Amino acid sequence: MKRAITMTVNNRKLALDIDVRSSLLDILREQGLTSVKQGCGVGECGACTVLVDDIPVDSCIYLAAWADGKNVRTVEGECRHGKLSPVQQAYVEAGAVQCGFCTPGLVMTTTSFLERNKGKKLSREEIRVGHAGNLCRCTGYETIVRAVELAAKKQNEE
Amino acid sequence: MFPIEKYHMAESVQDAVRALAEDENARVIAGGTDVLIRLHEGHKDYRNLVDINSLDALRRIWQEDDGSVCIGALASFTEIMDHPLVQKFVPVIGEAVATVGGPQVRNRGTMGGNICNGAVSADSACAALVHEVDLVIENVDGERTESVIGFHAGPGRVNLKHGDLLKYFRIRPENYLNMGAAYYKYAMREAMDIATIGCAAGLHVTDGAISELRLAYTVSAPTPIRCAEAELAAKGQPLNKTTLGNIAQTVEQDVKPRTSWRATKEFRMHVIRTLAAKVITNAAWKIGEKIA
Repeated sequence: MKRAITMTVNNRKLALDIDVRSSLLDILREQGLTSVKQGCGVGECGACTVLVDDIPVDSCIYLAAWADGKNVRTVEGECRHGKLSPVQQAYVEAGAVQCGFCTPGLVMTTTSFLERNKGKKLSREEIRVGHAGNLCRCTGYETIVRAVELAAKKQNEE
Repeated sequence: MFPIEKYHMAESVQDAVRALAEDENARVIAGGTDVLIRLHEGHKDYRNLVDINSLDALRRIWQEDDGSVCIGALASFTEIMDHPLVQKFVPVIGEAVATVGGPQVRNRGTMGGNICNGAVSADSACAALVHEVDLVIENVDGERTESVIGFHAGPGRVNLKHGDLLKYFRIRPENYLNMGAAYYKYAMREAMDIATIGCAAGLHVTDGAISELRLAYTVSAPTPIRCAEAELAAKGQPLNKTTLGNIAQTVEQDVKPRTSWRATKEFRMHVIRTLAAKVITNAAWKIGEKIA
C-alpha cells in the first residue's frame, strides 16, 4: 500500500514513497530524525511530539499520509548555525533535562506554545495546561515550568 | 506499522459514502486518536479504513441564517475551543472539549469521533445532550438529520447505520438562546484522564424560578444520558438551595452507575449528587443568576 507524498521537514523538501500503514513517527525516524521518540505509542506520553504546520501532534498516532503537503518540524531543525534555539537554551539553563527521553517532545511543545502566546504574560497554570500532553518521569516538572518561563521572558524582551 | 488491510483516502463526501457503502467492514478514520490506538492494540474491527482527512468542508465551523451554529464533524477539539462562534453562542461545548486528553490529542481528536464512537465517557456528549444537538448524516441514499437525544444505543454503540457518515453538528437557536450552561469533569487527574463522572446542565430561569433544566451525565449509565426525573422535579421551582437538594436526590432515579476500577458505584452516586448542585449553580452564574 504505497503512496507518494511530499512534505517539508525542517525546511528540507522531501518526496517520499510511503506505506500508508506508517505513522509519521516511523517515517521521520527512517529519515534519521531520531529525536522523535516512541514512548507509549498511544498518544499519552508526548515523547513523539512534532509540529505539523506549527501545531503539536503525537506523531505515533498521526498517519504519515496526513503530512502530505505539510510543514513538519522536529527538534533537529530548531538549532540554527550551531546555535541552540531560545527554547533549547532555556531548557539547558533551567536544568530541565535529566534522562532526556522526553526532552525533544517537550521542546517542540514549548516552541509551539510560545509562538502561539507571543507577548502574553503566562501564568504557571497556563504553562502546565499547555504542556499537559508531555510526561516526564525525572524532573517533577518544576524545572520544565521554569524553562518555559525563562524562554517566555526572553521572547518578550526581544 | 499499523495493521491496516484496506485504505481509501476519500476525495469528497460522495466518494466517502460510496466507499463506506461498498465495504461492510469499512470504518471511518477522522483524527485517529481512537482508531489508531485500537489498531496499535491489534483490534480487528478497524482494518478497513475510509479516511476523511482530506474533506476540509467537514472541518468548518459556521453560523446559518436562522442562527444555528454548525460544527463540522472533522473540526478538532482545539479548533472548537478557540472558535469565536462557539465561545459566543455555545461556550459549554468549548469548555467540555477543553477537558479532553492533552493539547496534542485535542489538536487531532474530533467531536465527530467523540460522539460516533459511542464512548460512555465522551466529554462532548454532555454538552451535546444539553444543547440537543442535531447530527447531519449522509449516506448513498441522501442526507438526514437525527437528534443526539436517543443517538447513543449502548456502550460504544450509536444509531449509525452501515454506510453512514456524520457531516456536521447543528445547534439550533432554541437550544442555546437564554440558556446558561456549564460542564464539570470529575477525574483523578486534571489532564490526560477519562472522566469518572461528567455532568452538564443547561438552565432557563424566569423570575427566579427554573423554567427549564436540562441535566446530562456521562459514565452514569450504559450511555451518556439526560435526566428526565430530575428535570421534571426542577420545573417551575424557585432557584434555591432546597430545589438543588431535591434535584440532587431525584437524580438517583435517572442514573445507573456501576463499579469499575476507576470508582465504586457508591462513590459515583455521591459524585453524581454533588455535581448536580455544583453544575446547576455554575450554569445559573453564566446567565447572571444566583442560588437563593
